[in-house]
Amino acid sequence: MPIRETFWNIPHWAEIGQYVLGLLTFLILVYGIWRHIRRWKLDKSVLRPGQWGKRLTNLFTQALVQLRTLKDIYPGIMHFTIFWGTIALLIGTALATIDWDVTHLLFDFQFLVGVVYNLFEVILDIFGLLLIVGIALAIYRRYISRPARLQDFPEPGLGTEDAFILVMLTLIAISGYLVEGLRIAVTQPEWAAWSPVGNVLASLFIAIGDPTNQTLHLVLWIFHIVISFVMIAAIPYTKLFHLLAAPVNIFFSSLEPVGALAPARYTSGPGVEKMSDFTWNQILNFESCTRCGRCQDQCPAHISGAALSPRDVIIKLGMQVWEPENGKSLHGDVISAEELWACTTCLACVDVCPVFINQLWSIVDMRRFLVDEGQIDAMLQDALANLGRYGNSFGQSERMRAKWTQPIEPKIKDARKEPVDYLWFVGDYASYHASLTDITRMTSEVFKKAGLDYGILYEGEKNSGNDARRAGEEGLFEMMVEENVATFESCEFKAIVTTDPHTYNTLKNEYPAEVNGDKPILHYSELLDQLITSGKLELSKKLNYKVTYHDPCYLGRYNKIFDAPRRVIEATGCTIVEMPRHRDQALCCGAGGGRIWMDEIEVEERPSEARIHEAVGLGDVQVFAVTCPKDVTMYQDAVKTTGHEDRLVVKDLIELVHEAL
Amino acid sequence: MNIVVLVKLVPDLVEELEIDSSGATLDTTFMRMIINEPDEHALEQAIILKEREGGEVTVLGPAIEDIDGVLFTAFAKGSDRLIKLVDGFELEVNNHALARAFTSVIRELNPDLVLTGVQAHNDLDGSLGPLVAEYLGMSYVGYVSGVTSSGDKLTVRKEYPGGLIGEMEVAIPAVLGIQSAEQPPRYVAISKVRQAMKTATIDEQTLTELDPSGGPTVSQMFQPQVGERAEMIEGDIDQIAAKLVELFGDLGVV
Amino acid sequence: MGDNIYVVIEHLQGQVSEISYVMLAAGRALASGIGGELVAILLGHQAQNLAGDLAADRVLYMDDPALAEFTPDAYQLALAELIKTDTPRAVLLGDTSVGAEVAGALSVRLEIPLVSRCSSVHAKEGTPKFVSQICGGKIMAEGDLPGPTALVTMVPGDFKAEEGQSDQPAEVTSIPAPSFDDLKVTLKQYIEPEVGDVDISTEPILIAVGRGIQQEANLELAEELAAALGGTICASRPVVDQGWLPISRLVGKSGKSVKPKLFLAIGISGAPEHVEAVTGSETIIAINTDPAAPIFDIAKYGANVDLFELVPALTEQLQGS
Repeated sequence: MPIRETFWNIPHWAEIGQYVLGLLTFLILVYGIWRHIRRWKLDKSVLRPGQWGKRLTNLFTQALVQLRTLKDIYPGIMHFTIFWGTIALLIGTALATIDWDVTHLLFDFQFLVGVVYNLFEVILDIFGLLLIVGIALAIYRRYISRPARLQDFPEPGLGTEDAFILVMLTLIAISGYLVEGLRIAVTQPEWAAWSPVGNVLASLFIAIGDPTNQTLHLVLWIFHIVISFVMIAAIPYTKLFHLLAAPVNIFFSSLEPVGALAPARYTSGPGVEKMSDFTWNQILNFESCTRCGRCQDQCPAHISGAALSPRDVIIKLGMQVWEPENGKSLHGDVISAEELWACTTCLACVDVCPVFINQLWSIVDMRRFLVDEGQIDAMLQDALANLGRYGNSFGQSERMRAKWTQPIEPKIKDARKEPVDYLWFVGDYASYHASLTDITRMTSEVFKKAGLDYGILYEGEKNSGNDARRAGEEGLFEMMVEENVATFESCEFKAIVTTDPHTYNTLKNEYPAEVNGDKPILHYSELLDQLITSGKLELSKKLNYKVTYHDPCYLGRYNKIFDAPRRVIEATGCTIVEMPRHRDQALCCGAGGGRIWMDEIEVEERPSEARIHEAVGLGDVQVFAVTCPKDVTMYQDAVKTTGHEDRLVVKDLIELVHEAL
Repeated sequence: MNIVVLVKLVPDLVEELEIDSSGATLDTTFMRMIINEPDEHALEQAIILKEREGGEVTVLGPAIEDIDGVLFTAFAKGSDRLIKLVDGFELEVNNHALARAFTSVIRELNPDLVLTGVQAHNDLDGSLGPLVAEYLGMSYVGYVSGVTSSGDKLTVRKEYPGGLIGEMEVAIPAVLGIQSAEQPPRYVAISKVRQAMKTATIDEQTLTELDPSGGPTVSQMFQPQVGERAEMIEGDIDQIAAKLVELFGDLGVV
Repeated sequence: MGDNIYVVIEHLQGQVSEISYVMLAAGRALASGIGGELVAILLGHQAQNLAGDLAADRVLYMDDPALAEFTPDAYQLALAELIKTDTPRAVLLGDTSVGAEVAGALSVRLEIPLVSRCSSVHAKEGTPKFVSQICGGKIMAEGDLPGPTALVTMVPGDFKAEEGQSDQPAEVTSIPAPSFDDLKVTLKQYIEPEVGDVDISTEPILIAVGRGIQQEANLELAEELAAALGGTICASRPVVDQGWLPISRLVGKSGKSVKPKLFLAIGISGAPEHVEAVTGSETIIAINTDPAAPIFDIAKYGANVDLFELVPALTEQLQGS
């Protein structure tokens, strides 16, 4: 009957030695893990308890099935095979140990016998192969194709650590097979074919000479055992710790809408000044990082050549977790202000992180400290002061907010004075920006045409605070919320609609429940979609433009509104040609998170210009359609600066709809 | 050093100014009063001095409109004591009246240094600094853009036309009119202002009467005619640019 | 005596300031309107030669080493006694870093009224009047010049400096100086503006940027235009305060007065402090989004458009031509 003589050829001292070594490894492992956990400051307010079912589902789909990791195919498969190869072999080894040293030793019973043993052998051999395939993929990727996101770590030693892990994995896999091959070569059991790889190696050993080289087997066996234990012991001391940290991180990751930024905690000030101001969820974030660099690949600031790499921010914070008393200050020495201010808060990094790190959360927390200290550039200072004083970033009088309505007759309803179905929150850019008022008026015409009962707040509207919050000015955000909520409470309406995705995001995800609890918050693309689908808004013309559509970050990635604007564009008779980076992959225009208020950073190519090149690269696309007022200005500029004015026209969605009326 | 900063509120020029029906004063209906910009520089300079040399900063302002907000902001920036003068202030109180009112309070504070903005855009009867200085019997230097202290003397940088700087030595106590602080005024986060609202107190000093004598009486206000002399070039951007190029040609500059 | 107009001549480093001539021109208008004499007051040390081209009826000259360079204390002492005894109808001083602080102190010390920011003094049917430019030049305030003696600080406005100059030297009378013991403010030294940079006061083509430029990076737009035009960049106060350009490029109060052939004002609203320094320009062209910006009052041509659109277009056309 097929059965393995476990510890074949292994002298008793070696077997005992293995257990001693194993115990030692275990102690080193436990100590290492304890060292980590000790650093996670237990702060109950962000423990994020509850919703265990959802959390377990996340754990299963993201840690075990690794759905997000697999989204990027090559590294996804690479990781999947290495992970499951290693895990299977570890389980196999554990089973064999239990079979021999627990059930056999104590109860004189073995379960790895007969068919079970054969299956056990074949499955392990296959997983071993998978592991080797994964390792090969990894070696090719890291040392031959060398993608940028795996290069230039902020600490050169990290590359050595990565190499160490790969070498160890390779040695474990190969030595394991060699030990198996030698054992089969000597014992030559009838069921050898159930270990296909071991069997092939055994034939090789037989072919090249003495098949009974038991010393070689023993040496290899000891080698295999030692490096395996070293590897296990290394888990909490290397990036392998993500094996433990990542699942915990995924499990405890926020289940709030992704558009809701974690509020400031006001421990000493509103922001993070030193490592100990981070919550344990954030420390866990840093600990989970595997330096895969996906975030860096997606980061518009990094792509444009700015000083920021979200990968490096997390790596550097992760390293700092271990040396909080090294005399380096978090701000300046570890993370520079340039890095923090380069972030456009586009969420692309957060969206792709396979271990659910929220880079943005930590970046904004650190910005909050800088703002609290007044360390901000002059332009941002002006914008924030203007928001505080006038309720808009333009520094214009509130009384000018509704100036764009002047030519409109009859006057748009004042939602503060009479009930309306739809309260139109116009937003700063649509209200004040000189080149957007035509578009804003068009929006009102379309609403009117659809028979919508709507009104605006006139000078009662204040900036929603979305970007002030992301610039790190939490107190200002709170003030904006209070002022707007007070206005909303005095009005009667059934839903809020806005053309600005930034406003949309904060109203929907961050304003208190009395605003967004029972009343729908709509982006105009959603409302237009509803109006067209229900037949309330009839489009009579077919425009026949070839249109590419840019997903605004705060509409797409933040709120997963991808289809409504596309349906509206199609309803106008236009054909959509997608850019390579679209939907959740869409490249940011560079204006978010308060960046539009800051001094421009010297970059190789502005994100907005890169985006226009991407659109122009599609060939005969005529219209670059957007659904965000800031996008209109950003891309109109970019079309000019890239010299593509004759090739591409930037149009707001409403312009297409208006034209198709 | 014991520093007193005087702040004054002035009409915000962001709002369109209108003249009231009497024709001699500004219409206050939509007028927003904000801190006089050079006063922000004075406050910044005071805080820089305090940070550099120690001492205490007291901020003094008339109880007009949002003076509380201005004072709490000053506290959040690093000043120590807030005082507002209550009663009797019209929005358009003149500097002579204000100077007299400030003087009585400043005397009790016994400061080494009084800082205020060198001017305000609505000064009709001179700027506040020299008036206060004279009432207090202190020296005054205006148009100051830098202050260092050494014992009982200050060295100040006074700006003259043409970028010329006069380095002056001033005995303390003195009043300085600040043109610009050594650094642009700092930003103070709203959370800090809100914190200040909770922790800081504003002392109130009540005045019995305001004496505006020494200032002129305005009989009529008017707005200068817009574009009186400029010939406006109309058209789209390219047309305007073309017209300008043509003009440059006529002027012989291209 | 009571109808005379005194003008306090400002001078710096041996040169009479432009504002002094403007005040003489204004003082002349007022003096002739009320039938008084126009008297120039010159304070200095061995500075009698500065009286040469003052268009006044008389010059009163006070010489003292303490008056060699301006200090507020000395000027206040020198003028207080004189004004008190002479009781002129008005004393004109510059609304400058010299005149403003002297006037304030004198108003309190002598208990006489003070009117500041005056762009004009004149007489209407024998009554002396003032017009002040306040609120960043957006409001003009008019009234009777208070009496019996009014201190007036003046900004350039309705009067031209040339009208205050004369090739007929006025009669100079020396007057005694008071005692200047115990001055609390002393001038230690002058610090000249940084050399090595261009002298904007002599450049023929100036491109001036103001607050409207919004950020440092945008200066590039103006620089490109300057290159295309063969001109030089200068700026108003907010731009220099931010440190985006050195103070040597500042046009206005505390900066330089300029008189180029072409002054192209980009994103400058035209606060009086700035305007007074550019009125000597041959042609002013202003670009501003605010149609009510005071700069349009002094500009010959204006364009009410976004500078971020116009400036690149203009640069392009200039490069093309």
